[in-house]
Amino acid sequence: MIWNEAKECMSRDEIEALQSARLVKVVNRVYHNVEYYRKKMQAVGLEPGDIKGIEDLDKLPYTTYQDLRDTYPFGLAAVPRSEMVRVHASSGTTGKPKIAVYTRRDIDIWAECVARCLSMAGITRDDIIQVGYGYGLFTGGLGAHYGAEYLGALVLPMSTGNTQKLIDMMIDCDVTSIACTPSYLLHVAEDLEKAGLIDKIKLKSAICGAEPWTNEMRDQMEQRLNIKAYDIYGLTEMMGPGVACDCEYHKGLHIWEDHFLPEIIDPSTLKQLPKGSDGELVITNLTKEGMPLIRYRTKDLTSIEYDKCECGRTMARIQRFRGRSDDMLIIRGVNVFPSQVEAALLTVEGTTPHYMLVVDRVDNTDTLEVQVEVAENAFTDEISSLEKLSKEIHAKLKQAIGLNAKVKLVEPNGLEHFDGKSKHVTDKRKLYQ
Amino acid sequence: MFVKQLSIFLENTEGRLDEVLKILAQGGIDLLSASLADTTEFGVLRLISKEPDKAKQILKDAGFAARIDEVIAVVVPDAVGSLAKVVGMIHAAGINISYIYGLSIDGEGAPIAIKTDDNAKAEGLLNAAGVTTLGMEDLQ
Repeated sequence: MIWNEAKECMSRDEIEALQSARLVKVVNRVYHNVEYYRKKMQAVGLEPGDIKGIEDLDKLPYTTYQDLRDTYPFGLAAVPRSEMVRVHASSGTTGKPKIAVYTRRDIDIWAECVARCLSMAGITRDDIIQVGYGYGLFTGGLGAHYGAEYLGALVLPMSTGNTQKLIDMMIDCDVTSIACTPSYLLHVAEDLEKAGLIDKIKLKSAICGAEPWTNEMRDQMEQRLNIKAYDIYGLTEMMGPGVACDCEYHKGLHIWEDHFLPEIIDPSTLKQLPKGSDGELVITNLTKEGMPLIRYRTKDLTSIEYDKCECGRTMARIQRFRGRSDDMLIIRGVNVFPSQVEAALLTVEGTTPHYMLVVDRVDNTDTLEVQVEVAENAFTDEISSLEKLSKEIHAKLKQAIGLNAKVKLVEPNGLEHFDGKSKHVTDKRKLYQ
Repeated sequence: MFVKQLSIFLENTEGRLDEVLKILAQGGIDLLSASLADTTEFGVLRLISKEPDKAKQILKDAGFAARIDEVIAVVVPDAVGSLAKVVGMIHAAGINISYIYGLSIDGEGAPIAIKTDDNAKAEGLLNAAGVTTLGMEDLQ
């Protein structure tokens, strides 16, 4: 079902005219309200008047993760404090999170975007939906919640952490849909199978996101739970979940182009690429008031298809993600940069900067093993002090990345070194194949 | 008068112990005693040899983490309760024992290696009680 046909099925000309008008407005807004953006534009000799439409998009400077860090927390806000109603932050980091600021209108638009996605997955006001994303600074829980309420569905805000209760209520309340990470849903499926409760559930659909997943995982979920599973995409910096979602034809994720202007760039030359090219996805907020980002580099590698979809929607489709142009990992929905691990290890005396992150997926749950070379000065003849070292590393990692990692001490030079630079990640999950 | 012990950090992977011992053999190191302390993840191999410094260098060159520590080599008299007496004396002085293992050195009694958190004090009180301890020269 199409929630907002007037927008979701606009002709390409209409979409581009709307995007151009909105781009001009948002560029004016950030130029006048955000000193950081004004300086960035002035640095390249750009005035708001130079941007007349989306054809001028490539004149604008990019926004990166680093810009968000440099202006943390409110340096990129485009409205006075009194207009802000909410803050969200990206998962994982405790040091410098990426935060997003929302006005009341931003929250409404977000809810509508999520409602469009849920509707695309066949969910209506007659559905009963469990939200199994974490509620809090993470955008998943509240984002899905507001969208489902906006749609008029009955929402059970389960959050994370209590699978037994989720299963009990799924059965007791005749839950028909669930929003959670794909790996968590497979975990739920396993528990349901073990308890012999698969035929007791009324589940029809699942909206899964917050981590990359494969077609094999979709097949597994659909077969084991007898449901239809849909991929929802989003990022805190732009809004949260609901930036894009896939329809029943699974030909890519429809991005809501009336609110988000996507483009593909070459991550090495930083040049905009022609439509249909492979490269890094860059998105511009067209309507966001709280903290609109101009040409935000998502670091996700993909391409975009612009032809009309069989579902009737004209909104462009982001294709399968092929990887990232940086080294960020998504582990159990948490964003992890190897540099965070390195910084944490450097605070532990006795470890060398040589380390390796081994990421795998065991029984549908991501696992992280951090292998650390034991420096000569840290090595002692006593087992207890080595175990103490291992525990200390575990605690520091937990603090830095928010995940329980398995720590493995390895011999010096036990890890592969390439051209003097260490390779820091082995991802066995094969998410991008 | 302590004995130098060489310890080597080892990952718990197949063939690792074999590799270390082969490298030492190729370097002409004559081992007198070996003790392996292990966890599920890693192990610490403790070796006594006549040339610990040379052995350490050989292992360092081969990329291992190795270090030298001093342990007390105690000649425990060959009689029932002798080891209990030795340990009892150290304990009574408030000294903590980190580990103990047997040494295969020819001579009277049963020589053992003891590592404590205060080797000097422990050896002193053992010697004062008439217990013999060995030094590197006794290994020649």
